[in-house]
Amino acid sequence: MTHDASSMVRTHPAGNFLRGALANLGMTWVLLALCLLFSALTWSEQQPGGAAAARGVADDILAAHATPQRVLVAVRGQPDDVAYADILAEILRERGATVVAVVKGEPKEARAALAAANAAAKPLDVIAGSAASAAWALFTDLPTDFPALGSPSIVQPRPYAWPNFLKLENLLNIANQIAVIAILAVGMTLVIMTGGIDLSVGSMIALASVVTAVLVRDFAGGVEADTLGMLLAGLGGVAVGALAGALSGGVIVGFGIPPFIATLAMMLVAGGGASMLAKGQSVYQVPDSFMWLGRGADLGLPNAVVLVLLLYGVAHFVMTRMTFGRWLLAVGGNREAARLSGVPVAGTLLAAYILSGALAGLGGVVMASQLKSGSPNFGQMYELYVIAAVVVGGTSLAGGEGSMIGTLVGALIIAVIQNGMNLVGIESYTQRVVLGGVILAAVLLDRLRRR
Amino acid sequence: MTTPPLLSMEGIAKSYPGVQALAGVNLELGSGEVLALLGENGAGKSTLMKILGGAVRPDAGRIVIDGVEQSIRSPLDALGAGVAVIHQEFNLVPALGAADNIFLGQEVARGPAGLAWIDRGAQRRRAQALLARLGADFDADAPCRTLSVARQQLVEIAKALAAGARILVMDEPSAALTTPEVAALHDVIRELRREGTGIVYVSHRLEEIAAVCDRVEVLRDGRNVGGASVAAVNRSDLIRMMVGRELVEEFPRRSGTRGDVRLVVEGLTGGTAVRGVSFEARAGEVLALTGLVGSGRTEVLRLLFGADRRDSGTIHLDGRPVDPRSPRAAIAAGIGLLPEDRKLQGLVLGLSVRENFSLPSLARFSRAGVVRRGDEQTACAGAITALRIKTPRQETAVRGLSGGNQQKVVLAKWLERHCEVLLFDEPTRGVDVGAKVEIYQLMNDLAAAGKVVIMVSSDLPEVLGMADRILVMHDGRITGRIDDAATATQESIMELAVT
Ligand SMILES: Nc1ncnc2c1ncn2[C@@H]1O[C@H](COP(=O)(O)OP(=O)(O)OP(=O)(O)O)[C@@H](O)[C@H]1O
Ligand SMILES: [Mg+2]
Repeated sequence: MTHDASSMVRTHPAGNFLRGALANLGMTWVLLALCLLFSALTWSEQQPGGAAAARGVADDILAAHATPQRVLVAVRGQPDDVAYADILAEILRERGATVVAVVKGEPKEARAALAAANAAAKPLDVIAGSAASAAWALFTDLPTDFPALGSPSIVQPRPYAWPNFLKLENLLNIANQIAVIAILAVGMTLVIMTGGIDLSVGSMIALASVVTAVLVRDFAGGVEADTLGMLLAGLGGVAVGALAGALSGGVIVGFGIPPFIATLAMMLVAGGGASMLAKGQSVYQVPDSFMWLGRGADLGLPNAVVLVLLLYGVAHFVMTRMTFGRWLLAVGGNREAARLSGVPVAGTLLAAYILSGALAGLGGVVMASQLKSGSPNFGQMYELYVIAAVVVGGTSLAGGEGSMIGTLVGALIIAVIQNGMNLVGIESYTQRVVLGGVILAAVLLDRLRRR
Repeated sequence: MTTPPLLSMEGIAKSYPGVQALAGVNLELGSGEVLALLGENGAGKSTLMKILGGAVRPDAGRIVIDGVEQSIRSPLDALGAGVAVIHQEFNLVPALGAADNIFLGQEVARGPAGLAWIDRGAQRRRAQALLARLGADFDADAPCRTLSVARQQLVEIAKALAAGARILVMDEPSAALTTPEVAALHDVIRELRREGTGIVYVSHRLEEIAAVCDRVEVLRDGRNVGGASVAAVNRSDLIRMMVGRELVEEFPRRSGTRGDVRLVVEGLTGGTAVRGVSFEARAGEVLALTGLVGSGRTEVLRLLFGADRRDSGTIHLDGRPVDPRSPRAAIAAGIGLLPEDRKLQGLVLGLSVRENFSLPSLARFSRAGVVRRGDEQTACAGAITALRIKTPRQETAVRGLSGGNQQKVVLAKWLERHCEVLLFDEPTRGVDVGAKVEIYQLMNDLAAAGKVVIMVSSDLPEVLGMADRILVMHDGRITGRIDDAATATQESIMELAVT
């Protein structure tokens, strides 16, 4: 019989991961389509900067003129331009050209340099600038103003076409923006998979951010705080989230209160608690190093992004390979059957809410770090975005099914839509309308695909 | 020219991922005819009936009613064509009364169109009349959730009649009924037949076929394997057609002898359903617990398993007291329960065969909380082979399995648990004859291995064929103890059950 043979086939972990991603292929396609769309819409002329621009300009100069040349480099005082100018000067010297002067500042400084060169009565072959400095009025009538220089040509980096959306800094921007939502979505997936919901996660961001910031301010030495102090304060934020999750979970499991109501109450309690604790204000008495988690990048990627990837890896493993994941699915799929199979239903549910609370707390700490403060205004409406991410990712609100990879894709879809609309310049009110429509369309598409 | 048959289904095909559920099936039904649709688990009976009822769309084939080809794309289309299907899971709104359920969607209304209101009085009178026609006299206003399964079934039939159905399909209608209730149902069917209704009757209880059906049609692996008039075939002919081979014994004999008393239950009480039940069970025997639905049989098992709260009573296993406060505690103490309702209590329908199979035994299949997938798959493959579970793959969601194969998955998961005490609640409900023998064999093996095997069953031939001792319950108490099942008859059991 065929089923005996196929049931013996062992599945490989990597194969499982791939299959998980493929099962969410519908949504992955949507994500790709959105990326393509925004790439097309933000296709525009880019001004290169830094080393790449310097190399290009140096090539242009050396190709057009016979050696040796005399070059004046003139740019504005901005860090980007300065870096470009310094690198360009170095490359030109290496390759045998004479750099007469490197001006980094105002047009009048460039004028002084030109005047000096003019006085020396040595002709100038090239003036190299950036896109901005090349347009300075000073360079328009050189032969009249500085007759001794001859007629130098003005060279600037060549612009190229590339979508704003796909620029590295924008992609990192998306990753940073989505970090908090993605972290919360891990916990929300667990809860929704049991057939529940956690509305308190948005307020939990506020509460955890305030708790962490207040702990740093009052107990770890404020702006003088050391690493250990900040670490403990951050753990405090996470612990408050876990505690709140334990409370809602306890009420849900112990008294049979519907999760919607229990976590709605917790949302009010946590939100109000955050305001009380912070006296309605932002708490920003934290050291610069407080931003390590949210803004730092120790491994080439932003730390927050590393944290997200780590969390999803662990969560995926828990869901697919661990007893706890199996219990979650069983409890969400058929609570009575799970109970009669010896699954610790109450413990599983409680754990889901505690984890959701703790992860929301962690999200709050990350946001506090990103914004270098704690505030009762953080995280507003986040519960809705998080739920949307989970549902768009293919987890059923009825419980019993879902995947972490799907949730990550869902979170990315929401981030890409928001970011893309910002880039295209859509007004924020319109953005909400579009986002709502897209969420609806994504879920609809998923339903159709499953038919 | 001959008149066309009432219903003719031609070349019906339907495939699901990995299975060809139906491969060109034909079916004819005359008016005033009761057709038994038979076949092994997974043969395609339910799928064929779902297609007729508009719940599933076929890949190919046509449905002709009274010589007119019908396009049935929804249950509403089916009703319009005069077809009503009573699925094994009823489609009643629990909170509504019988009358409201019977006329759901076709309310008896008064007043101008668009502003009409329900004429509850008229609706109740008509519902009561329909129920009376079916021999029922219960209050048509009682919420359906308070009605017994048998009465809910009558509500379903009344609903079909109210819609003017001339073709009535009953998918395993007797599976949840006790013997007297089945007899009453058969009276209803005979009455409907007299009125000219064509009825398709799906069942795995072969003794019912001779009692109420005119003709049989047998399916195997999604194809017709033959049909015959009921008068022309006997029981073993039917079995041969269904299974494709001869079955030596329907109730295999048990080897080995009765051993010591292992389980002692004294004064077991829980709520009003179970009141002071005491009994003991020995190694090497099958103990049957029977009685009418609602007599407290299932509740006794649930109390032993910790699924319900025990008010008083003691349980001793091998002389040691056990206190099953929860199913988890009971399982830890070596007790397992195959619940009566596989869909509500036995399975997580959205999970795969493998995941359901290993759920009670996860601890054994895992180390440090990580499931060892390889061990799990090997054990599951073994169970699939041993129980001949018909599933395309281990990873198939049990939702897609036929009813009997779902039941086998429930069995497999408890066998894997290696319990000392196994409580079987209607273990063969919806299971085909061939598979029944396999399940009986497994129960025998367990008993022979010295385990405690207790079975609740409404199927009296099964009780008589399998049990060594029989306990009969009535109204929460044990009203009869038959210490040598060989001396019992269906009649003697029924007598104990109703007093
Ligand atoms: N929704 C579904 N998805 C996938 N496969 C299905 C689905 N419904 C039925 N099948 C498959 O179709 C085949 C026929 O199933 P069907 O329920 O018709 O059998 P049956 O004859 O009613 O069996 P039983 O006596 O066990 O109720 C089975 O192999 C089953 O696994
Ligand atoms: Mg069936």
